[in-house]
Order: sequence, then C-alpha cells, then structure tokens
Amino acid sequence: MTAMVDIRSVHKSFGSLEVLRGIDLEVRSGEVAVVLGPSGSGKSTLLRAINHLEKVDSGWISVAGSLVGYRRQGDRLYELREREILKQRTRIGFVFQNFNLFPHLTVLENIVEAPVSALRRPRKEAVRAAEALLARVGLADKAAAYPRQLSGGQQQRVAIARALALEPELLLFDEPTSALDPELVGEVLDVIKDLAHQGTTMIVVTHEIGFAREVADTVVFMDDGRIVERGAPAEVLDAPRHERTKAFLSKVL
Amino acid sequence: MSLTSDPPVGKAAANGAEREDYSALKVVPVRHPWRWAAVVVTAVLVAQFAHGLITNPGWEWDVFADFFTTRTILKAVWITIQLTFYGTALGFALGIVLAFMRLSRSPFLKSVAFTYIWAFRSIPLIVQLLFWFNLTYLYKRLDFGIPFGPGFFSFDTAGLVGAMSAAVLGLALHQAAYAAEIVRGGVLAVDGGQLEAAAALGIPRLRQLRRIVLPQAMRSILPNAANEVISLFKGTSIVSVMAIGELFYQVQVIYGRNGRVVPLLMVATVWYIILTTVLSIAQYYVERHFSRGATR
Repeated sequence: MTAMVDIRSVHKSFGSLEVLRGIDLEVRSGEVAVVLGPSGSGKSTLLRAINHLEKVDSGWISVAGSLVGYRRQGDRLYELREREILKQRTRIGFVFQNFNLFPHLTVLENIVEAPVSALRRPRKEAVRAAEALLARVGLADKAAAYPRQLSGGQQQRVAIARALALEPELLLFDEPTSALDPELVGEVLDVIKDLAHQGTTMIVVTHEIGFAREVADTVVFMDDGRIVERGAPAEVLDAPRHERTKAFLSKVL
Repeated sequence: MSLTSDPPVGKAAANGAEREDYSALKVVPVRHPWRWAAVVVTAVLVAQFAHGLITNPGWEWDVFADFFTTRTILKAVWITIQLTFYGTALGFALGIVLAFMRLSRSPFLKSVAFTYIWAFRSIPLIVQLLFWFNLTYLYKRLDFGIPFGPGFFSFDTAGLVGAMSAAVLGLALHQAAYAAEIVRGGVLAVDGGQLEAAAALGIPRLRQLRRIVLPQAMRSILPNAANEVISLFKGTSIVSVMAIGELFYQVQVIYGRNGRVVPLLMVATVWYIILTTVLSIAQYYVERHFSRGATR
C-alpha cells in the first residue's frame, strides 16, 4: 500500500521550546494510526502540522503524494500562497477537541458551508450530501438546530460530519472526546470506529486506550517531541519495550 | 450553647414520634414600610416636575407647537439625518479598513492605522471641522500623482470642499477612528478556534471574514456602534459652527430672530429624542438578527 502521510525529520519550536524534535512517521492508505502520549509531548502540534495549521521549522510532510505547504519546481521548494494552502486542506478533514462549530449557523449550514464555498459544489447537492451525513452520524433530526442546542457528543458528531462533507482522503482527530462528559464519549467513538471499519485513513490523537486497542492498526507513542515507540496495539499496549511507554501506560490504564 | 451538651433528647423524641404540620398555617409576607415612604416621596417629586413642565408659561408650548413641524425645521432635521447617515456610513467603511490594517501582520500597515486612530482621537471634533472648513487656506489645489513628483490631475479646493462636504468629511474621519477600535474589539472577541476551523475547512479568506468572523463579531460591535451612531447624531449639532442649516443651527437662527429661546430649544430637543428613539428601536431588531444561535 502507498503512504498516505509521509513525515520526515520534522522539527518545530515555539520560541525556545522545541516541541517536535525530529519526527519520522508513515501512515499507509486505509491505516488507522492512534497517537498516545503525555500532555505536552507534541501530539497535537504534529497533527496540526499535517494540516499546515502549524508551520514546521524543518523537515517535510506530504499527504497523498503532495508536499504540505510547498510546491516543488526543479530543485526549489516554493512556499504556497494562502489560497493554495486552503485548497490543500480541503483534502484533509480535521476534528477539534472543542468542536469549533460555527455557533451562528445551523447544523446543516455548518456542514454545507465548506463544500459550497471551498469546493464550489452546487448548494442543492451539498444540502443533500449533508443530510445523508447527518443520518450517518445519527443526527438526521437536528439539521435545523443551532450547535448550542446540542449536547457535547452531538456537537462533536456534527463536527465529524462537517469534516466528512469535503470527502477528505485523510481524517485527523485532535483528542475528539477530551471535552466530553464521560457518558457521551461512547457515541463519538462509535462514529469514529464506524469510519475506521470503512477503510478511512485517519490519525487519532487520544487518551482512550480501549479505543486504541480496538480500532488502531498502529499505535504511536510520543514523549518529549519524539516518537518513542510504534507498532501494533498488541505490541505497544501489552508489551511496551520502552520505559517511558510503560510508565505512561501504568498511569492511564 | 455549650459544645459538650447532651443530645436534645426531647426534640429527637418529638421528631421520631410525630412531625409538626405547618401546612394549615397562614404565611405573612415581610412588610417594607420604608420602601412605601420612598415611593410616596418620589411620586410627589415626579408630579411636581410634570406640573412645572405643563403649567409654567415660560415653556411656551404654543410657540413649540407652531414651530415643531414648520418647513424650515423639517428641512433642518433632514440635513441632520443626512449628516448622520453619511458620517456613519463613510466613518464605518474607513473604520473597518483601519481595523483590519491594525489586525494585519504588516508592521507598516499596523503603525499607519495606529497613528491615524491616535491622531483623530486626539483632535477635538470642533477643531478638526474648522480645519476642513479652512482647507482652502492651507491648500489651494489638490494634485493626484506621484508624491514629490509630477501630478496627473488636480482640483481647486474651493470647488471641492463645500461646507456640507467638509462637515461630512470631518464627521466621517472622526468617526472612523472610533469605529476602527470598535470593529477591532469585535473581531478580537471572536474565538480563535472559529478561524482555525474555517481555515481547516479550506474556506476562502474573504468568505471566512464575511460568513464566519463578522457575523459573530457583530454581536459585540453592535451595542458600541449604536452608541457611536447616536452620539454622532447628536454631535452633528457641532456642525452649526460651520453655518450649515442643520437642526441646532436653524433653531438658533430662529430664536435669534424672535427671542423665544426656550420653546425653540425644546423643538430641537424633542426631535433629537424622537430620532434617537427610532435608532434605539432599530438597534434592538438588528441585534436580534445577529443573536441567532446564541444563548444569551
């Protein structure tokens, strides 16, 4: 299988704080990679770099064969204009920890907005697709509701539908259940599992070890800006080789 | 009470045996005698004020009625409305540009906008208006061309800046400085996650502003903007120094002629009150429109 995401020696600093210290990672098409690690380990920064929400200092990232944020011409890399970056992002879905739904738009308008304005889809077609997506996340009856009228779990499911509306080749989840009440976590994870079983390529940053064990093809453990260990869930979660992985798992399990 | 006292045997026994039943008793609400006293005193004062307003012949309500809807006054009200409208429209248009200049990443654009706002907030409106009125004295001609180089076309300032346009220009430039800060405040009040989500969805930049940021910023812009429009509306009375026939100037002209100062000031006052009320009502409906999806 081909690499959907290819990350090579990526470094990123915020001021004097180096949050990514040489990340190498490959995610194949159809693979589900779950990234674990203590807070401050750089997981979210890495995820945001894949979408170019964060610009890396050195190294490069490619998604589906094209460099993120740059265009190669001969032996030079040209930085992309904002418009071109926005276009690249339509191929990558991103789901935020805090949902970030647009509160002044209805659920349906939230989902329809990007296909219409970024992909120039006809509105009617986008509405039909949005209704199908809402049915898929179990919220067909909430199309006319405003985000604040929904529970956290419902909001996150809408956010997933919104990301899916662009028919992305890759889905990125940044701690999708961390802002939810415990009894609402399951409904969101079920939607993500469903997508995973349908062969969607995704990278999920999470603290849900059970979810990682059940859904992940690969578990990546990060600490202090580096990938410490990666492998099948059975290897990394049940027989961790590295001390730091063991220490982390003993705390969260 | 002592801390080492024995448990209250009697009460405990009563609790266990039978609980008191309060449901048959009548509830007597707390009385507030001083509140009633305050109400009476205030009512007397209000009545006295109303009495003075109606019965005092000095107010000359008949003169008020004569002038309230005369042609001259209505025309002056119309000019006041025009000054407010153009001042607001141009002021906010420039204000929005300045706000986004201050929010931009270019240090040059930022400092130009900052300096503009600093300058126009520092100069009293009346002084600025007199400057514009006397523009002809400073610059005889306006040339459009390369700075310090040749000009492409030029105007005589005398023909360009009439009294009315000088007034509109002055009000708008003054208003722009305040509008810029109000718009900037509104944009900053929008959660950063909103822009991030819009960017992650690949929504084009202008569309992000128009569809995602501004509608949410409007919630905090509107109350302040309404304040500004109302204060500009009343501030148009300053333009009377430029001998423009707006409401306050016209009233002054009339009472200068007939000596009926108080009733004519009341004519202007009541018009200002009526139009401010209209603006406040408009504000209510515009705010309601932009509060879709909000919980408060």
